[in-house]
Amino acid sequence: MFDPAFLFAGVLNGLLAGGIYVLVAVGLTLIYGVLHIINFAHGSLLMLAMYAVFYLWRLIGIDPYAALPVVIAGAFGFGFVLYRLLIGRYNHGRDENILLITLGLSIVIDNVALLFFGGDTQTIDVPYAGTFVEIGAAFLPLPKIISFGASLVICAALGVYMAKSDMGKAIRAVAKERQGARLVGIDVENVFAVSYGIGIACLGAAACLLMPTYYVTPSSGHAFVLVAFTIVVLGGMGSFAGAAVGGFIIGITESLGGLFLGEQLGQIGISLIFILILLLKPTGLFGSKA
Amino acid sequence: MLEVRDISKSFGGLKAVDSASLDVASGEIVGLIGPNGAGKTTLFATIAGFHRPDAGTVSFEGKPITGLAPHRICATGMVRTFQITQPFAGISVRENIMVGAYFRTADRRLAAREAEAVAALVGMTDQLDQRGADLTVAGRKRLELARALATGPRLLLLDEVMAGLNPTEIVEIVGVIRNIRASGVTILLIEHVMQAVTSLAERVYVLNQGRMIAEGTPAAIADNEAVIEAYLGHGAAKVLRA
Amino acid sequence: MSRAVLLCVVGLAAAVAYPLLVPNYLVTIGMLVFFTAFIGQSWNIAGGFAGQTSFGHVVFFGTGAYTSTILQVTYGWNPWLAWPVAMAAGGAVGWMIAVLSFRAGLRGSYFALITLAFAEVFRILANSVPFTKGGLGMLIKADPRPANFQFKDPIWIYYLALLLCIVSLLIAWQLTRSRFGARLVAIRENEDAARALGIDVFAEKVKVLTLSGAMCAAGGTFYAQKYLYIDPGIAFGVDKSVEMLLVSMVGGAGTIFGPLIGSFTLMGINEVTRWLASVVPALKNVQPLSLIVYGIMLILIVARLPDGLMSLFRRRPRHA
Repeated sequence: MFDPAFLFAGVLNGLLAGGIYVLVAVGLTLIYGVLHIINFAHGSLLMLAMYAVFYLWRLIGIDPYAALPVVIAGAFGFGFVLYRLLIGRYNHGRDENILLITLGLSIVIDNVALLFFGGDTQTIDVPYAGTFVEIGAAFLPLPKIISFGASLVICAALGVYMAKSDMGKAIRAVAKERQGARLVGIDVENVFAVSYGIGIACLGAAACLLMPTYYVTPSSGHAFVLVAFTIVVLGGMGSFAGAAVGGFIIGITESLGGLFLGEQLGQIGISLIFILILLLKPTGLFGSKA
Repeated sequence: MLEVRDISKSFGGLKAVDSASLDVASGEIVGLIGPNGAGKTTLFATIAGFHRPDAGTVSFEGKPITGLAPHRICATGMVRTFQITQPFAGISVRENIMVGAYFRTADRRLAAREAEAVAALVGMTDQLDQRGADLTVAGRKRLELARALATGPRLLLLDEVMAGLNPTEIVEIVGVIRNIRASGVTILLIEHVMQAVTSLAERVYVLNQGRMIAEGTPAAIADNEAVIEAYLGHGAAKVLRA
Repeated sequence: MSRAVLLCVVGLAAAVAYPLLVPNYLVTIGMLVFFTAFIGQSWNIAGGFAGQTSFGHVVFFGTGAYTSTILQVTYGWNPWLAWPVAMAAGGAVGWMIAVLSFRAGLRGSYFALITLAFAEVFRILANSVPFTKGGLGMLIKADPRPANFQFKDPIWIYYLALLLCIVSLLIAWQLTRSRFGARLVAIRENEDAARALGIDVFAEKVKVLTLSGAMCAAGGTFYAQKYLYIDPGIAFGVDKSVEMLLVSMVGGAGTIFGPLIGSFTLMGINEVTRWLASVVPALKNVQPLSLIVYGIMLILIVARLPDGLMSLFRRRPRHA
């Protein structure tokens, strides 16, 4: 069991999963960094996007990867509207309030999914699912490698957008100093809505990249929400670099935890990391303040 | 009564308070003035235990209290108010003041009676059943005062209780502070409104860029060249307005 | 005041008479209303009065349920004797989480999230360690004798739930008129001001979470004795945490009767959806519907009625 080849395969698998977690966490950290709210509905919204990908494939036969542009655009629109209609009205005042509102939102989304999609586990059979690639001693499923690469490309694209575009600059300005941004004439509410939209668009992308190898049920959101929070807290709330590094660390932790501790106990690593980081270093690896 | 010796406090690289000292004797009203950002509130918060000083000592009635937690400092008989008022917004004025009064008694009826007595002292009897959130600025300032007073302190640290008040309200609260002193409570107050300080305080300390630059009677301070340079060029306009 | 007393007396009389007048299935629903109000109140004491919002209160519930069940099943204890031990265990877990979290200065959302993570850790452990029998769960042998904390007639378990609920109401009532309660409210409203006024914020928060944990654990034992079965998902699953939070928030966080009103509402919505399902065949699987309604209510209440449904019964804002 402690064979180095086995370990190598575990680490590689963890890295691949971590690559997609990065995308989920980047969305969460962006929303936190700009709006200073903790989006508890993050997992549920991811689950919803995964169902969108599933039904696009099931009803119209669109391949999950080909669905990327549509789902990203749709998720952005959904997030933007959600912010305008609900989140934006209440993202001021006590921080627990918005946490409770997003909790309410996640309860609604989870149960709407259960009502309409049923409780069954759904998967997508892509023709290349059974293709494996050999790297060293590890055999890795091709779709995981594609998804990993695509996730990195999307994160890089988002990074360029944030650095170069006018909206990206406005978002960073608002994240740093919202009063100042308001004074120089930035429409802060619009930046908030766009940021929330981008955060949810990241989930749309992640959903497309997850579906070729994962499954979805109405409770999938639960599985991801603590993972996403752990990554973001580990990396430092609001930090992009932190989300990236945290995503890989958590992916590998999860993979090795499952390897050495078994399917059940293996999940404990994530929760323990979450607790320890909050107790010992709440600013995380890259955060400036908690 | 209160001895502050060479207190320093930095945030990041910024030295907010630099080796500041001051004394307050029992029964006095002492003013602490200085331009915006001089470090007055930081010094206050450090004295009251909200920040741990980088260097220096604070002692109260001869006992060292440096670095004690705020609730322990309150237990020694010294309590602060906040410049930015911090009412318990969701509960009534009576309940707000009772939180202070509970410091001395666990008995609900005694605490309620004490709250009413303190409310009368600061002129809030009519507002006892209003919610903290519904008070005007002047009401909030009084509530800060009342709550602190209800803990039964021997020394009150007042952080800009007059800022944001109109001239009539200032006259009223000056009267309230005089009454409080007459009831045997010593007062150290930070103030921006010069007129109020000169009419209230027997002695004034001047803080500028974290350093104590002068100390004396209000009249002497007004003539002090360092003070005029540091502060009054900026404060003179305020005096005229006030 | 006298009107409030009269209402309480009438309500109590109705609650006592109710199970004598209705069929068994309605007795059980009544029992669930009071039981949920009880564990909701345990949340409310920390989350409502003291403002320490928890997303993982089930950690105390599960600790209580597992402690008494293990003592009973594995070590042959009488469940009545195991009950106070279970409460002590819940209190100890509350104390531990409070000391760790509040020592680290966690507030608001961070505290909420760390409680969620603690509940996860306990759930995974219960799933994995041998003495909880892992994912199989634990069965308590059916032996319906009152001395065994098991009752043949649902009326007795109903009255026990009612009693628990009344005790929790008395605790909450005591909070509204004691120094401890006043300090908790002060901490909720403004921690810095509370500190300046001589309140040892850390100590008070630890106290309230210990109390809340012990109460919630009492509910856990009660639940295990009623259903004679627990598993990690039931005992430490997020659903119960959410339920406790929901009934308090919807009914009115930080009010005496909030959790009870919230619990009534939740059960009412459940029954309406169940009835809908029976008359409209298209809505066969409407079970999620009640939670959808509840999620929407949570959003509306946080946004529009921060004092919950309770505030609809009051003409003036809260005061002494």
